Amino acid sequence: MRADRFHRCVVVLLSLLLTVPIMATLLYSLSQRWEATILPEGLTLAWYGQLWHDERFQAAFSHSLLICAGSLLLSTLIIVPAAFVVCYRFPRLDRWMNVLILIPFSMPPVVASVGLLELFAAGPLPLVGTPWILLGSYFTIVLPFMYRALADNLRALDIVGLMDAAYLLGASTPRAFLLVILPNLRKGLMASLFLSFSFLLGEFVFANMLVGARYETLQVYLYSLNAGSGHFTSALVMSYFLFTLVLTWLATRLSRSNK
Amino acid sequence: MVADAVSARPRCLRYWRAMLLLVPMLALLALFCLAPMGWVLAHSVQGEHGLSLEHFWVILGSPFYRQAFDNSLRISLYSSVIALLITLFGAVSLRRVDGRLKNAVIALTNMTSNLSGVPLAFAFIILIGTNGALTLLLRQWGWLQDFHLYSRNGLILLYTYFQLPLGLLLLYPALDALDDHWQEAAALLGASHWAYWRHIALPVLAPALLGTFILLLANAMGAYATAFALTSGNFNLVTVRIASLVSGNIDLEPNLAAALSVLLVALLALVAAVNQWLLKRSYHAR
Repeated sequence: MRADRFHRCVVVLLSLLLTVPIMATLLYSLSQRWEATILPEGLTLAWYGQLWHDERFQAAFSHSLLICAGSLLLSTLIIVPAAFVVCYRFPRLDRWMNVLILIPFSMPPVVASVGLLELFAAGPLPLVGTPWILLGSYFTIVLPFMYRALADNLRALDIVGLMDAAYLLGASTPRAFLLVILPNLRKGLMASLFLSFSFLLGEFVFANMLVGARYETLQVYLYSLNAGSGHFTSALVMSYFLFTLVLTWLATRLSRSNK
Repeated sequence: MVADAVSARPRCLRYWRAMLLLVPMLALLALFCLAPMGWVLAHSVQGEHGLSLEHFWVILGSPFYRQAFDNSLRISLYSSVIALLITLFGAVSLRRVDGRLKNAVIALTNMTSNLSGVPLAFAFIILIGTNGALTLLLRQWGWLQDFHLYSRNGLILLYTYFQLPLGLLLLYPALDALDDHWQEAAALLGASHWAYWRHIALPVLAPALLGTFILLLANAMGAYATAFALTSGNFNLVTVRIASLVSGNIDLEPNLAAALSVLLVALLALVAAVNQWLLKRSYHAR
């Protein structure tokens, strides 16, 4: 029983370590003043009110939501059919796909943005400084996660059997895919979408280097606050954090009910 | 013959129609990932007069860039080792506690993995920055005297924090490789707790530990946002140097940035290769 208590202690300590910065930021964002005392003075929601009425924040937040939703829509439209085709028609390609999707995963975003910045600054596709370049680069971020999730999901299904059954009933391939395979992928797809949404919302490197203030996202706005009021900044950090929290919570709930 | 040709055509057509669905994905990947990679590779060896390795010589000969590599390597190494140790203890204990606490902690870990980059840096600045809420408090108590968040130690602290969730999520499933009966068997044969870990558990876990370590190291080496937000780009790291060479206000030298990028990626590849080599020689391969 002594060992049990020891393990409990370690786990509780680890959880504390992980939560202290979050809890403290939350407290700070809710307090009027917090200087050199153990607990802050006066609880208030004023910082949140100020933040949510700030026009620059609203603009940045809607930019972020638009870009994330746009990239996820693009990724879904492209990756879902591709993953299906690979698993159904060319199962042998799956190994090569795994190598291919490792490339964006293994390249640090800073390195990728060096090339992107030079390639798309001018020339036939002058995308630097526009939100469009983020759609493309976010696609490469999402690709490994979404492809892997979909491919695993598809492998767990008996696609050949399902497709054959649909053919026997007179469905064409696209129709069988839409009506039979897609509903089976819904939960896995939604889980990977929520997860991708939460880490795209936290993406800073591409947003700052490729677009910056010309189409300000939430992270770039947060960065620009740098020396402002700590309470205001922490209200922003917490709002962002709670938003992603809801997204990850939805993702885990969906992937759990999937099993 | 004729019948063959007729039945072959739709199959061939179907094949190409299916291939067509892969085209958008490959095109986007080529445009936004492979092309930039190619650009970086090509321009890293682009000197003033044709091909040359001059940028690499500049980097290797410059104390400033060597310091950037030194800082990046040290911070990544220290934070990965600390995070690995903490998560190893955490993961072992996590397997021993009851289900509800376990699930809660795993959910918490997932949750905290969202706190990285700029928000993480700001959370720490607010708390233990120069005028942080806890700094003043801890200084009053006489702690934290010679600790500065905006230094190497501060970065190691932040990096360790964002490595913890990743380390735990990677390591926790790997511990399934340990069979609980082994510990009992070892104890019956007279092995102490320490002897069990030294001769049985750690060798079995070695591949997982190494793999986790490599991923943490690569994660830290490539990280940029946290350090950039914490020090406004004033701390000398490889990623900070690369970014400032292409997006700063002065001294734009994209080719030099490309050469730095190649060195960084080569370093990561080297680490991964060593990992593979060690894995082959490890306990599990035999």
